[in-house]
Amino acid sequence: MDIKTLTFIVVGATFALYIGIAIWARAGSTTDFYVAGGGVPPVANGMATAADWMSAASFISMAGLISMLGYDGSVYLMGWTGGYVLLALCLAPYLRKFGKFTVPDFIGDRYYSQTARTVAVICAILVSFTYIAGQMRGVGVVFSRFLEVDITTGVLIGMALVYFYTLLGGMKGITYTQVAQYCVLAFAYTVPAVFISMQMTGHFLPQTGFGATLADGSGMYMLERLDGLSQELGFAAYTEGTKSGIDVFAITMALMVGTAGLPHVIIRFFTVPKVSDARKSGGWALVFIAVVYTTAPAIASITKVNILNTLNGPEQQGVLYENAPSWVTNWERTGLIEWNDHNEDGRMFYSADERNEMRVDADIIVLASPEIANLPNWVIALVAAGGVAAALSTSAGLLLVISSSVSHDLMKRTLAPNITDRQELLYARIAAGVAVVIGAWFGINPPGFVAQVVAFAFGLAAASFFPAIIMGIFHKRMNSAGAIAGMVVGVVFTLSYIIYFRFINPAADTPENWLFGISPEGIGTVGMILNFIVALTVLKFTKDAPEEIQELVESIRYPKGAGEATHH
Amino acid sequence: MAFESQDHAKAYWKENLSLMVKLLAVWFTVSFGFGIILVDWLNQFSFFGFKLGFWFAQQGAIYTFIVLIFVYIAQMNKLDKKYKVDEE
Repeated sequence: MDIKTLTFIVVGATFALYIGIAIWARAGSTTDFYVAGGGVPPVANGMATAADWMSAASFISMAGLISMLGYDGSVYLMGWTGGYVLLALCLAPYLRKFGKFTVPDFIGDRYYSQTARTVAVICAILVSFTYIAGQMRGVGVVFSRFLEVDITTGVLIGMALVYFYTLLGGMKGITYTQVAQYCVLAFAYTVPAVFISMQMTGHFLPQTGFGATLADGSGMYMLERLDGLSQELGFAAYTEGTKSGIDVFAITMALMVGTAGLPHVIIRFFTVPKVSDARKSGGWALVFIAVVYTTAPAIASITKVNILNTLNGPEQQGVLYENAPSWVTNWERTGLIEWNDHNEDGRMFYSADERNEMRVDADIIVLASPEIANLPNWVIALVAAGGVAAALSTSAGLLLVISSSVSHDLMKRTLAPNITDRQELLYARIAAGVAVVIGAWFGINPPGFVAQVVAFAFGLAAASFFPAIIMGIFHKRMNSAGAIAGMVVGVVFTLSYIIYFRFINPAADTPENWLFGISPEGIGTVGMILNFIVALTVLKFTKDAPEEIQELVESIRYPKGAGEATHH
Repeated sequence: MAFESQDHAKAYWKENLSLMVKLLAVWFTVSFGFGIILVDWLNQFSFFGFKLGFWFAQQGAIYTFIVLIFVYIAQMNKLDKKYKVDEE
């Protein structure tokens, strides 16, 4: 069977599975999906959180970027896992005890201010928009390859599918569907990794495989070979990296803190029945995420070796184009691999110096890795299904956040309190429609690789929500004026910096021009620090939070007496 | 007031904060410390074929994070029981 047919079958079968579970779970319980978490054990909730969390950025893009960046790619690995430590230790149990459903609700109530709520809503919308822009590119990459169309058509098909999927609505909220999505995703990610690790070093576990000696009998460590190859070809040594220490530090911090401030992740911890379960869910979520995240660097490094060997040949002399492996020609059709025969010798050559004739888009590496390693077609189809699951589930979740923020938090609760339910629903659909179109535009004209665009969303979350929530819990006296000023300064600063370097003056986007040498991806860290400083300074000159708010903060600091979460 | 006294409330919060700070110190050390600041120095050591600093940045930090959260869960459950503010 050819890859295309197999892909349709596997993707179709997984969709049937999700919908089947959704129908079964719905028939079993008619309770609103917000409290559906009540009967869900923390392990299942952790798995669902992991599925919710791992998007196209984690599944499709991250290993590819690590493959290109080598050591520098560690920012994504540490950043997107370390955030769970902050979440589990500093936020989740307290937010659960507080007992509200959304982040703007917490901020509005804790800072006893409609303005604070509105600022939080706007930040949530901004973060979700940025996030979804990255997802659309990921969806587009999957569809363009497997339907054999160019990337623009791929994004448009993906856009239509995501919008349709979101209108199905409730399906997303059902925890057991997400448990199934996690299983598909993790299986699809680890199976090819085990295969390529066995091929390369004979290790069953990819986690140890990429540090082992090569299976070709040379006795050389794989990473040593990769460092050597990279340097011969003008790339940086794979295990060393080129980013400055401060930039690696700032990006990692922005991703960690941003993880802890992402509205759609935090929401998951509101729905467990007990405070102790909120702590546990965070732990289990990280276990399931780690399955994918510790595998990613193995895929990244092994595939890099495979790419260099198949494009340049084992002797690094270049491979004749007519003998090019099928993955090269398959991906050329999407426009994501290009070959320009500069020296007209009919051979492909991939390097980082003047000999280079290839452009390989980092976002194809995970999807292409089974093809590159000559794995069976069913493995290739499986990876496609995993990629679709990852991209669709997260995009749909984000669209729901955007549409409910606009229609409910912004319109109904703030700007136009008198609208009817039907009007509210209309606003929700329009907001989702607008979001998906903007997302698609960025998907076709991406301001960076999927994982990089997503990193911007984390920077914005780090600069806006995280300080406000942390001070809301750990600084009893923090008042509304301080919190609002902090959020506004943090988010405006971070957003301006990203827009300036990515859209207004991209030519200046080099380390010499960056503030303290920190790239737009890492600037959220500076935004976060500014947020804290501004809030604490404003607090000095304004009145402390009122007595009853301080008592409220006292009461969220211990678990006893946590009731069900309430909706407004 | 769920606590037996104001002193209990204060002591509980103090113990909670001290646990949190200790665990966050480890969190910072394995990721920002070993994985970023000290990475070049640690890379002189080899660990199962990996350069040690590189291993912390791409593997070790993640495993440590998991352990940290489960230590926190166990310790907090104990603390809740000690001050009788658990949910049972």
